[in-house]
Amino acid sequence: MIELRAERVLVDGRAEGEVVVLERPLSLWGGLDVASGEVVDPRHPQKGAVLSTRVVALPVGRGSSSSSSILLEAVRLGTAPAALLTLEPDPILALGALVARELYDRCPVVAVLGGEAWAALATGQWATISVGGGLALASRRPLPEEPPA
Amino acid sequence: MSLALSGRDRSLLAGEEGPARALALRLVAGMAEVWGARGLIDIVSAHVDGCLFHGRSGLDFTERLLDDRARVVVPTTLNVGALDLLHPENVRRDAESTGLARRLMAAYESMGCRPIWTCAPYQAEQRPAFGEQIAWAESNAIVFANSVLGARTNRYGDFIDICAALTGRAPDAGLHRSENRRGRIVYRLDGVSERLLREEVLGAVLGYLVGEDCGSRVPVIVGLPPETEEDTLKALGAAAASSGAVALFHAVGVTPEAPDLETALHGEAPERVVRVGPAELRAARDRLATAEDGLLAVVALGSPHFSPAEFDRLLPLLERFPPHPDVELVVCTHRLVLAGLEAKGAAERLRRMGVRLVVDTCIVVTPILRSTTGALMTNSAKFAHYAPTNVGLGSVFGSLEECVRSAHLGRVWRDPDLWETS
Repeated sequence: MIELRAERVLVDGRAEGEVVVLERPLSLWGGLDVASGEVVDPRHPQKGAVLSTRVVALPVGRGSSSSSSILLEAVRLGTAPAALLTLEPDPILALGALVARELYDRCPVVAVLGGEAWAALATGQWATISVGGGLALASRRPLPEEPPA
Repeated sequence: MSLALSGRDRSLLAGEEGPARALALRLVAGMAEVWGARGLIDIVSAHVDGCLFHGRSGLDFTERLLDDRARVVVPTTLNVGALDLLHPENVRRDAESTGLARRLMAAYESMGCRPIWTCAPYQAEQRPAFGEQIAWAESNAIVFANSVLGARTNRYGDFIDICAALTGRAPDAGLHRSENRRGRIVYRLDGVSERLLREEVLGAVLGYLVGEDCGSRVPVIVGLPPETEEDTLKALGAAAASSGAVALFHAVGVTPEAPDLETALHGEAPERVVRVGPAELRAARDRLATAEDGLLAVVALGSPHFSPAEFDRLLPLLERFPPHPDVELVVCTHRLVLAGLEAKGAAERLRRMGVRLVVDTCIVVTPILRSTTGALMTNSAKFAHYAPTNVGLGSVFGSLEECVRSAHLGRVWRDPDLWETS
C-alpha cells in the first residue's frame, strides 16, 4: 500500500475504485460514450477502456467545452468515473463535477496530482481517496471481509 | 485560498436576488477557486453553449435556473442547438429527444439570451472590442475572441457560461489577466510554399498540429503572411481547440497582441521553438484523416459556421464542379448568412445543385446525415476530428477546392501541387 496526497483538490470528497491511467488526453465530448462509460475516440490508444466507477488519471483534458455536460450526464446515468486525477487543473471537468454535486448530490472527486504521485499510478491498482486529497494505492482490490463463521 | 468577494457578490450568494442567481454565483465562485483567482471581475457580454442538448441533465440544470425567472444581466448570445429550427426536416431525432432539445433551447431564450444559434458569433453579431472582459463558451469562439479580436475570456463551457451571464461576473484568473496571455511556445513556418501560405487550408492543418503539440500553453506562430484572411485564422483556432486545449494563439504580424515576436512573448524567452515545414504539415493533414482516399459518401463544410466570404469562394467552384448525385453535400451556416444567400438567389442555386443548407446546428452535434457508412470529406479540422465518433463515418481532410472537386467525382481528388515544398 502506498500513501500519497493530491497536490490540489478541486472538487473534494471520498472515492475508491480501480485505477485507469489514460496515456493521452481525452475530450469527454466525442470521446466518452455516456451510456456505457467507455472511451470511444478512435484516435485514442485506449479506445474501449471503461471509465465508469474507475479512478481515472488523465494528463489533461482537451477539446470541447461541452465536456462538462458529458460528465454531468454520466453522473446522472451512473456511468461517471469515481474520481478524475489530472496533472494540471482541468476547469471543464471540475465544473461538470460541481454542477453534478448541486443537482444530484453526488459527483466524482477531481484533484491535481504532483509528478511523484502521478508516477506511482498504474492501471489496475485499487485507489482509495479520502476527504482533503489523501490517496492510498493498493496493488489490487482488497478482498471483502469474510463474514464471521 | 481565500476568494475576495464584493458586497454585491455576497448579497447574490445570500440569495437576495433569488435562488437562481445564488446558484449561479456559487458556481462562478467555485470555479474562481478552481482557477486560483483572488476575486471576480465584471464582464460585458457572454456567449452560451449550454443550449445544445446532451441529455436530460442539461434540462435539470436550466430548469433550476428558470425557477425564479432570472434573466441575463449582460448581452448574451446563444451557440448552436440540436435542431435546425428553420428546416426541422434536416435533423433526424425521435419526437421525445426533439421535444427535450427544443425545451432546452427555449429555456435559454426565456432567460433573455439572443437566439442566434451559431458557433461563429464573431461573424454574426457586433464583436467584442480589444481588451474587453467577456465570458464566452464554444472552444472555437473562445479562441477567436481571444486571439483575433484581443477580447479576454477563459475557456468557459456549459453551465458556467450562463452563470456568468446571470451575474455579470467571472473569475479574475487565466486569460482575463495580462500576464497569462504571454506566448510560451514558438512555431516557426519554414519552407512552406507561397501558395500554401495563402490557402485557407493552411489554417486548419497548422492549427491541428499546434494544438496537438502545445496542449493548453499559448502558442506563437511566426511566418503567416500579414494579410492572412480572417477565415484562415478562424480555421486555425478551431483546429487547435479540437486537437488541444488552446484558448489563445498569437500570430506575429497578424493578431493584435503580436505586432512582433518579442511583444507576443512579453519580452521573455520561449519554452521551445518548433520548426514547421511542408512534411510536418502533410503529416498533420494525414492525422486528421481516419479513412483512406477513395470513394466518398459525404462532403461536409461549415465548422465553424460558413461565412459569407466562404460562400463567395464556394459558389464559383460548385458552378464548375457540381456535386455528384450520390454524394451528400451539406453546408452548415447561421441563419443570418442564409438570409443573405436567399436575398441574392444564391441559396436557391445551391439547393438546385443538390447542396443541403443547415442552420442553427451542425452535423457533429446532432443526427443530420443520411449516410451511415463510407467516408466524409471536409475542409474543417473540427468535422474531421469529431466525425468518426459523433457521426460514425471515417474522415478525409482536404482544401475547399479538393472537397468540391471530390464531391463532383464521388471520390477523393487531390491537388497535386498544394502540399509540395516551395
